[in-house]
Amino acid sequence: MSILCNKRTKLLVQGITGSEGTFHTAQMIAYGTNVVGGVTPGKGGTRYSGKNNDRFDYDVPVFNTVRDAVAATKADATCIFVPAPMAADAILEAIEAEVPLIVAITEGIPVRDMRTVWAALRGSRSRLVGPNCPGLLTPGECKIGIMPGFTATPGPVGVVSRSGTLTYEAVWQLTSLGIGQSTCLGIGGDPIVGTRFVDALELFNADPQTEAIVLIGEIGGTAEEEAAEYIAAHVRKPVVAYIAGRTAPPGRRMGHAGAIISGGKGTADAKLAALRSAGVHVVESPAHIGRAVANLLSTKPKKSPAKKSSAAAKKATSRKSNKSKS
Amino acid sequence: MNIHEYQAKQLLRQFDVPLLDGKPVFTAEDAGVVAYHHFEARGISAIVVKAQIHAGGRGKGIIYDPETNQPRMLFGKQLRGVVVIRPDEYGNVAHKAYLAARQMLGGRLVTHQTGPEGKIVRRLFIEEGAAIKKEFYCSILLDRSRSQNVIMVSSEGGVEIERVAEEQPEKIIQVHVDPTIGCQQFLLRRLAFGLGLEGAAFRSFLTFVERLYRAYEELDCSLLEINPLVLTNDDRFVALDAKVNFDDNALFRHPEYLDLVDTDEEDPLEREAAKYNLSYIKLDGNVGCMVNGAGLAMATMDLIQLAGGKPANFLDVGGGANVERIANGFRIMMSDPNVRAVLINIFGGIVRCDRVANGIMQALEQVKVTVPVIVRLEGTNAKEALEILRASGLNFLLAESFEDAARQVTAALSRSAA
Repeated sequence: MSILCNKRTKLLVQGITGSEGTFHTAQMIAYGTNVVGGVTPGKGGTRYSGKNNDRFDYDVPVFNTVRDAVAATKADATCIFVPAPMAADAILEAIEAEVPLIVAITEGIPVRDMRTVWAALRGSRSRLVGPNCPGLLTPGECKIGIMPGFTATPGPVGVVSRSGTLTYEAVWQLTSLGIGQSTCLGIGGDPIVGTRFVDALELFNADPQTEAIVLIGEIGGTAEEEAAEYIAAHVRKPVVAYIAGRTAPPGRRMGHAGAIISGGKGTADAKLAALRSAGVHVVESPAHIGRAVANLLSTKPKKSPAKKSSAAAKKATSRKSNKSKS
Repeated sequence: MNIHEYQAKQLLRQFDVPLLDGKPVFTAEDAGVVAYHHFEARGISAIVVKAQIHAGGRGKGIIYDPETNQPRMLFGKQLRGVVVIRPDEYGNVAHKAYLAARQMLGGRLVTHQTGPEGKIVRRLFIEEGAAIKKEFYCSILLDRSRSQNVIMVSSEGGVEIERVAEEQPEKIIQVHVDPTIGCQQFLLRRLAFGLGLEGAAFRSFLTFVERLYRAYEELDCSLLEINPLVLTNDDRFVALDAKVNFDDNALFRHPEYLDLVDTDEEDPLEREAAKYNLSYIKLDGNVGCMVNGAGLAMATMDLIQLAGGKPANFLDVGGGANVERIANGFRIMMSDPNVRAVLINIFGGIVRCDRVANGIMQALEQVKVTVPVIVRLEGTNAKEALEILRASGLNFLLAESFEDAARQVTAALSRSAA
């Protein structure tokens, strides 16, 4: 098991004929992802197999609209590489076509556009991951986005992160210690993202393969504090957390649009304190993420957590159904 | 992106947000001329001269002489960042405005937001005075926990809103705006009733906030703050101050904002880095770092601190770093004279480590490096990259892991201290 994507996932790529879309589609196909089609307005009806050095192992049909693509391929996920000025439109098109999983890699989408997207997601049949994220990867099965596949290996640890390369670093630390991952999920570094830590925790908590969770946060916003609250109330699996940006100065945006301490809010220390009080194993050094998980897994009693996690899974499902009613 | 108060007000005027009459000036002579022709000659006898820097708290801030570091004086009092001018025994309005501007320009204004080093005053804004009945607070920003805009108002104006939020949270009233519904009148009425307004003041408030919200949306702001928002003696709401931050992601929709950049407010190295699309922030530490990815860059800074150093900068060369970007990034990082050691931390996913190594080699043709350079390369083509660096004959310290990199930083710093 895993969360959100597996070997049965049928993926569309929006912006497939662009240079980013082409390069990463080749990489995704090489990893084993089942790419069933692409969308590029104006190129519908053609087939595409990459260009220059980036060749796909098979050619895929290209469609003018997401609706056409879903009707023809029964795709259940889409990955968006559309440039920022048109990216919100691409996400909205996927929501309208009721694609269950939408993964937006694009960086630099205006916040005003994302407020509209967020409103459209409410009550829709879609889940959005991102934008400004590396996507997700279920080792050995499916990669949606741009994570380097070689870092990951199948196993019991769910990884969720606001960052890109720092996620690869953490996953690599785990893999180097012989610890595999259920799914690695990058939720993105923007102020508005479709899937937050709380959503990811709910999914990992309910996934029987996931025995421990790594959460990698950073300065800015309150997503980590909300995660701490959720962990205290619902999560019985061990959680290891690292928060990047303890040395970041207030008022400066640290590369990610969402990574900023403003008005004294969003500091790493406040997030670490919240996570600690929720019983999370907080690591001070980013070099110790893998080792902290190794320690936890080796000291963990073998039987009881499985029971607890299935109870927590039920709880999480019932919580979700309540939410959708309200 | 930040802009000055006078620029913010010029933008708000396009949306008919009620403002006082005002004009920017850049010299003391102009201050005198504007004070006379634009205000005094038209019967306005009270004006305000305001220092324009990218920081708040100017009214309470003190202006120091950059040479002597002594507070500058005006009319027998310590000079502040905002000066109210009325005719009296020191002179008429134009003469006093000239004298005030002469003292303010070139002075170093220190406020609670600038840090002790302060900021040099190079621009002034002259505005008509207002007969103020009461000061309020109003701001619009994104509430990240709800992914919606929030309009916040308070009857406690002219003070730091963070302090109000801490000490008297009940004095802050807020409404969230659902983008599918928009900023409707009922939301604005809720704010106005919450502030206890009535009559003409109530109506004026509704108009003010409605126009302010339109400006916030159409200008793609990430923050629009009016503090204080004042109610005048004749029951009109006007913006006394205005702070605008833009959403950097939306700058492609507003190319005209580039004209509003004040390069004096930016660090020269950061300005240079921006030319090459590098994300660089100068800090005051002693260990330079160059990393791919913002999260890993922050983590590397944290690691440097844990290893006993202090990060000298944040530098993200990005996911698709090519040889030129790496070379420029390296050069910019090395132009900071405080750097005593350097840590290059690259996790090659999309970016190939051998390209990074070639970039470093190219940079070394232009930059003479006298401090230890610790290099940690992991991932795609890391082996080839290490070969390139080894073959160079230059004295790189190659780290085997993130952890090992930290140890090498500590060792390098203790050697340089010895």
